[in-house]
Amino acid sequence: MADFAQTLMTTLAVGSLYALIALGYTMVYGILKFINFAHSDIVVLGAWISFTLTRWLFPAVGLDAHNPDSPAPPLWLGASILIAAVVACSLIGFVIERFAYRPLRKAPRLNVLITAIGVSLLLQNLGQLSFMFGPSPQKMPALLSNVELWRLSLPSSGGARNVVIGLVDVMIVGTSAVLMIALEFLVFRTKIGTAMRAVSYDLEASALMGIPVDRIISYTFMLGSALAAAAGFLYALKYPGLNQPAHTTWVLLGLKAFVAAVIGGIGNVRGAVLGGFVIAAVEQFGAYYLSSSYRDVYVFALLIAILLVRPSGLLGSTVREKV
Amino acid sequence: MPRHVPSASFCVPDQPDWCSQVGAARMFSFGVFFPMGCLFASLLIGCGGGSSGDEICLGHYASLTGAQATFGRSTDNGILLAIEEINAAGGVNGKKVRLITYDDKGDAREAGTAATRLVTRDGVVAVLGEVATSLSLAAAPVCQENGIPMVSPSSTNTKVTQVGDKIFRVCFIDPFQAYACAKFAREHEALKANKAAILYDQASGYSVGLREEFAKSFAKLGGTIVSEQAYTEGDQDFSAQLTAIRASEPDVIFIPGYYTDVGNIAIQTQKLGIATPLLGADGWDSSKLAGIAGKAIEGAYYSNHYSQQDPDPAVQSFISKYKAKHGETPDALAALGYDAARIVCLAIGQAGSTKGDDIAAKLASTKGFPGVTGKISIDADRNAVKPAMMIQMKDGIPTYVTTIQPE
Repeated sequence: MADFAQTLMTTLAVGSLYALIALGYTMVYGILKFINFAHSDIVVLGAWISFTLTRWLFPAVGLDAHNPDSPAPPLWLGASILIAAVVACSLIGFVIERFAYRPLRKAPRLNVLITAIGVSLLLQNLGQLSFMFGPSPQKMPALLSNVELWRLSLPSSGGARNVVIGLVDVMIVGTSAVLMIALEFLVFRTKIGTAMRAVSYDLEASALMGIPVDRIISYTFMLGSALAAAAGFLYALKYPGLNQPAHTTWVLLGLKAFVAAVIGGIGNVRGAVLGGFVIAAVEQFGAYYLSSSYRDVYVFALLIAILLVRPSGLLGSTVREKV
Repeated sequence: MPRHVPSASFCVPDQPDWCSQVGAARMFSFGVFFPMGCLFASLLIGCGGGSSGDEICLGHYASLTGAQATFGRSTDNGILLAIEEINAAGGVNGKKVRLITYDDKGDAREAGTAATRLVTRDGVVAVLGEVATSLSLAAAPVCQENGIPMVSPSSTNTKVTQVGDKIFRVCFIDPFQAYACAKFAREHEALKANKAAILYDQASGYSVGLREEFAKSFAKLGGTIVSEQAYTEGDQDFSAQLTAIRASEPDVIFIPGYYTDVGNIAIQTQKLGIATPLLGADGWDSSKLAGIAGKAIEGAYYSNHYSQQDPDPAVQSFISKYKAKHGETPDALAALGYDAARIVCLAIGQAGSTKGDDIAAKLASTKGFPGVTGKISIDADRNAVKPAMMIQMKDGIPTYVTTIQPE
């Protein structure tokens, strides 16, 4: 019982991160029908920009960023670092779209796909250079105090065990939920959102109706990158040992978020969130109850199974191609 | 002519080596021209074939950049210190010793290339390297085929020296290290563990090897393995594995991984409220471990090749000389690099020749060499037989606990 609850808590936190990243993949796909392989590198940038800012700002509030047991700074510092990372990554997302993808708008989709891989490699290898983030792993100073909010003692086989729910996990789930609700509102209740959905439905017809297509596409990229930056920030809070930008960790994280988007139905915003939690649940419960050796196997096996049964994903709708 | 094709004949010897290779590869087959380029280059910048020159060249390939950069840097610093001392004392057989180091970037292909360059082009008489098993295994066949002895300072996987009779090491091997950890877990006053859980990296040969050997030794010593959980390099979330380990209520958790993963595991162990002591192996040895894990790693134990707190005057004089030269405290890899270089130079001196066979024969007969990482004897399988130190993290400092002798 206690272990079930503990695993559920981890699922919620990890699922929120997958969902935030999956949203970026799904929004870009919805509008441009291509997979932005550089998206996971925006997550990396989000995490490492947060780290760099934290290192700079810690002395300003009288704390030692190099002391791993330094007390947590006031909450506003964390919030402003989150906002700064989000703004920086939105701008980077805008620049990438403007200079790497927009010139290829009329080119075959494969060209854009290959460009995306190129952008991804560029970001990874730039990030590794010593004047950027460097080739070594770094420790993210604690922005939140490592307090336990609840410690519940639940009965389990072989005696009672504790369920520990920390502030960090609650913050991750809370921040993600706020962001996802805001996105839902933006996409379905505002004019920009309506324009995004229109462009996603038919790009040329939207242009004929007077929708500034290029600007809407830029907004979409900025929005996706903002969510990725938030995911990177939260990721660095949860896993403070930050791996270098070209490390497999990040590739795997991006891949799983992409799988989440596909499972939920790529192009579908609610599907991406659902997919994120489904992936996290399969991964965490599979690792706990079956065997931890096959953790990634569960995720990718589920992907294959869902693609066989529902090729358009859990919430995706089949679109009939006009001939 | 659409573009200028560089020809091999334009290459002057002091140009970078890609010049001759690129030109040759374009105009002729690689196989014809590359060995000629090598020969040409070795006459000019090599070591004069070892015996004819007035200096003896040793080669070293190491990860000076990349994810394991601290490993390569420390080893190289240790070797440099040893060579400086040997040269100050008159060199080997009246000749000065020179070290040629190439960066392999922690990449197995680069390690193979670096070793090829050292033995075929630079004409080194012996090769030192590497730390990581996969890199040593990439370079060892090159040295073996060319008859140049290779001494790995710190690859602990058994496979490395099985490559051939020219491959040696000055560190203990994983079966012994796992035995030392198991014995320590069973017998140390503060542990006395009956039940152990293992959390290992299933993608790392090092980790998988230690896991198997630890399980064997721990069972042989009368303990039970209650849970074995796996992760893969790149995983950041260990909650599911740790929750499962917590449910099996072990007395000790054995984590044979590298310090980057161990740091994250320790933090998550603390978050889950698990107070069970952690135990690890020499992959933990890095000054970064305490920097990543902070208080979460306090009280954890690991096995290592040497301890900075060893009261032996030879060790303390090594530490102070190293500090004076490189401005930092030497870790185990620096100490092993130091010992490896000294053993090789001693073997060359005893052999009185720079022929690979003679040096290898002298290396094989090393007995009771007084290294800073303990008394080193080379056994029939070209592995070092020596004790392991058990270390505990106290206030962020690796503190000596006890020594486990070979069986």
